[in-house]
Amino acid sequence: MSLRDSLMYHLNVSLLGHGALRIQRIKAQMTMNRQGWWHHEHLNPPPVTSAWLKELISRHYLKGRWITGTQKVAWVTSGAPIEFLKALGYYLIYPENHGAVCGIRRVGDEKCKVAEHAGWSRDICSYARTDIGTILSGKTPVGKLPKPDLLVCCTNICQTVLYWYQVLAQQFKVPLILIDTPFLYSKAPEHALDFVEKQIQYAIETAEKVAGVSMEPKRLRHVTELSHDAVDLWNRIMHTGRARPAPFLAFDEFIHMAPIVEMRGDQATVDYYRALLAELEARIKNGTGALKEEKKRVLWDNLPIWFVVRKFGNLLASRGVALVASTYTNAWGELADLIDPHHPIESMAKCYIHPILNRGTGQKLQTMKTMIEDYEVDGVLLHSDRSCKPYSIGQMDQQSILLKQLGIPALLLEADHNDSRVLSWEQSENRLQAFFEVLGV
Amino acid sequence: MSNKLPVAVGIDLGSAFTKVIALDEEGKVLQKIIEDTDPYTEKQAGRLLDGITGGEYHRVSIVATGYGRKLAKRSTRAVTEISCHAKGIFHEMGHGGTLIDIGGQDSKVIVISDTGAVLNFTMNDKCAAGTGRFLEVSANRLKIPIELMGKTALEAASEVKITSTCAVFAESEIVGLLAKGKPVDHIVRGLARSLVLRVAAMAHSLHPPKPFMLSGGVARSPAIRAFLAEALGQAVELPEEPQIIGALGAALMALDIHKGK
Ligand code: SF4
Repeated sequence: MSLRDSLMYHLNVSLLGHGALRIQRIKAQMTMNRQGWWHHEHLNPPPVTSAWLKELISRHYLKGRWITGTQKVAWVTSGAPIEFLKALGYYLIYPENHGAVCGIRRVGDEKCKVAEHAGWSRDICSYARTDIGTILSGKTPVGKLPKPDLLVCCTNICQTVLYWYQVLAQQFKVPLILIDTPFLYSKAPEHALDFVEKQIQYAIETAEKVAGVSMEPKRLRHVTELSHDAVDLWNRIMHTGRARPAPFLAFDEFIHMAPIVEMRGDQATVDYYRALLAELEARIKNGTGALKEEKKRVLWDNLPIWFVVRKFGNLLASRGVALVASTYTNAWGELADLIDPHHPIESMAKCYIHPILNRGTGQKLQTMKTMIEDYEVDGVLLHSDRSCKPYSIGQMDQQSILLKQLGIPALLLEADHNDSRVLSWEQSENRLQAFFEVLGV
Repeated sequence: MSNKLPVAVGIDLGSAFTKVIALDEEGKVLQKIIEDTDPYTEKQAGRLLDGITGGEYHRVSIVATGYGRKLAKRSTRAVTEISCHAKGIFHEMGHGGTLIDIGGQDSKVIVISDTGAVLNFTMNDKCAAGTGRFLEVSANRLKIPIELMGKTALEAASEVKITSTCAVFAESEIVGLLAKGKPVDHIVRGLARSLVLRVAAMAHSLHPPKPFMLSGGVARSPAIRAFLAEALGQAVELPEEPQIIGALGAALMALDIHKGK
């Protein structure tokens, strides 16, 4: 660590940055607490805690801007085990999350095009194209992405990441840790769990070498505890959507999920989710829904369509349709019980082999059925995401099974999470309007 | 044509044609208009509705449907084609089942319950394959009137397989086939088959209940009807006027509104 880097970091991040962001948050909260500040025909005001979220995310990326030379940096896939990295003091970048930021800011296409001009096919996931486009152009809406010292790729979400991270390893010339998680059609067999556990142990050794520090078991236990608490709180936050009216929508979850993905294992994440949960529980007590009038409830399947999240939210709200849950955000909460701080490595193996995308479509259907019941939904929106094949496969069958077995109508919407060129808004809106009519609103 | 003023009007502003149906208190059809959709759709809708209501909008309920439905500014309500087609066909046939609608620029399959409710639907709305546009483009290229395509296809002694489902590529395929000396009627038969197979595949994706019903302008082609029955493995029921089913459904909804239902 150089003295200059350290000084710059503390000046820009710890002193100026944190202070300015805290003032911004306080100001925003004061506005939100003022009567009459909110004007929306169909939506109630967002939770006041939202201002805190903005501070957390901005702080995270601000840190990334100045981190080089002060802390080791790892780039990781969204489903990768990260507790050991946090315990070793790594700062983490999630290219997929950064991709989502680009999508929300509507610069995803721009980045994808840069990658395509360099020869990457349009058939590759738009997160990968957004990431490669960001690296090639050097431009990002978050200011600057720090270069990685280590890459960690876990195949529990898809096989795309396997090749994508190999490209990153060549580009940055840094070590790549691969954690291969065998696909599950039923209960995870012992040998598969053992296989993943051994890989995590090996990953820890590599990460120790790169960081130049040894793992302290106490520290790992502490981070795993924080991770467990955050996941548990996130789960409870999502469950508030079971109330009628729902105080929090999946559209809100899409935004508020950032900390559970990229800041899992931090105390700040636990504090933030605890405050958010308290606010939502108070809303349930007051009978305040996210919508001014909730007429019907629907479930979302697959990634959000980032570049039209707000537009989509407004369209549903205008018809009184509450998006009360999503299988996507649920993926970061449903495994809370598997995390055991007393057996961090063993439980990491168990937890990270089980994400929704690493389980067969039959199991995914079962998850959907349970959610339909728990959240009392009237319909399902299936986003057929051109980029994310593992998530989209089986949706046509799922649609007909849900209708036949549960009498729940489901709409298939063809789009992409980050590439707006795939979505025809007019046609999609038309299908949605027809679906609303089927729901009777 | 009747001098009586209607109480309910349905207007279907489709991509190729605009259809209007006016009903009296008893649901009797007083007037029916079918004309090409104008590029200035809003003006066209205004003109048609002014004419049919005599400008007395306060006495009439109007439901607009079709892609241009939002452009019918005087409508009481805008409803999608899915709901309107289901309402219209259920009224005409008196039972549920699976409706296949092949319109000018989209096609759709709607599963309708025994009580007339929409249970499921799918649309081909992003590409011209499987729509009337596919036949129109081909008819232009082959220089035969579109109305004669059905008859020509049915009477053809043989069939050429068209492999491109895309309307644009089918056109280049036609050029190639003509260059190879393939007879026009064989190509026409192949084109009708290609369209039908595309639509039938879409219908199958919904595990469609029987009976099958057909609507939309393309339903007028005898070849499409025959080939569709073949592809689905059973006869396809046809309403008397397949092209106006959406407008009729819209008019019936307007009548419900008028009666306060
Ligand atoms: S293919 Fe799906 S799981 Fe894989 S990186 Fe893309 S969005 Fe994520």
